[in-house]
Amino acid sequence: MVITATFYLALSAILFVIGVVGVLTRRNVIVIMMSVELMLNAGNLAFITFARELNDMTGHVFVFMVMAVAAAEAAVGLAIVLAMFKNRETIDIDQIASLKG
Amino acid sequence: MEAILFMTFAAVAIGGAIGMVISRQAVTSAVNLIVVMFALAALFAMQDAHLIAALQVLVYAGAIMVLFLFVIMLLNVREKEGRATTRNSTWQIVAILGLTPVITPVMAFFSVADVAHAPEAPADFGTTAGVGKILYTSYLLPFEVASVLLLAALVGAVILTKTKLR
Repeated sequence: MVITATFYLALSAILFVIGVVGVLTRRNVIVIMMSVELMLNAGNLAFITFARELNDMTGHVFVFMVMAVAAAEAAVGLAIVLAMFKNRETIDIDQIASLKG
Repeated sequence: MEAILFMTFAAVAIGGAIGMVISRQAVTSAVNLIVVMFALAALFAMQDAHLIAALQVLVYAGAIMVLFLFVIMLLNVREKEGRATTRNSTWQIVAILGLTPVITPVMAFFSVADVAHAPEAPADFGTTAGVGKILYTSYLLPFEVASVLLLAALVGAVILTKTKLR
């Protein structure tokens, strides 16, 4: 069996779907953020696959930028979770609904 | 050989991802996600993205996931997700199985010419030298802006977690 780009893209799609389901079904903020990281990684896999397919290293630069943004997002997001936990004593998103209309 | 490697790492990645979503403990989720990161690093290396594979291990598995684990252990909340019972994880798996056939053909449709083998990569494809050359020439400005973004995130994280704001 020959592994083509389609295999990698299918794997990327499957991982992305698993991340979406994680975001939609989990109630723990930290696990939701980890699911978002999984979705970013699925996107990275698609970038790398297309970069290889087209012999163009621009995709690698994109992945590099995604990693930098993901690091910033994780740092700020976890700081927000910490600040929220200090005030509300919970990280369950069902309990944190003060902005709900 | 490539098929065996791909299938192995793909199975590890999917298994780890599902384990992350359905496990009740946040620490178990984090460790499962680290496994996924390593499998993805291997898949990157299989596609000649050597620099990105190394960065994946260093930045994602090394730095970001350690940050997550620190926060999980710092908060030390008993999971109130007791209702994430078997019934809930059954629904999660059903949702994954239901959504995957919707998205996968869309991705496959956009696959370029689905040739048997991708064309032979040039010698410096995906190496530090190759990626660094275009990163520091064509994409110098985005690279510098990324450093500003990281500085802003750093300052923001420090300010947010300060105990007393004056």
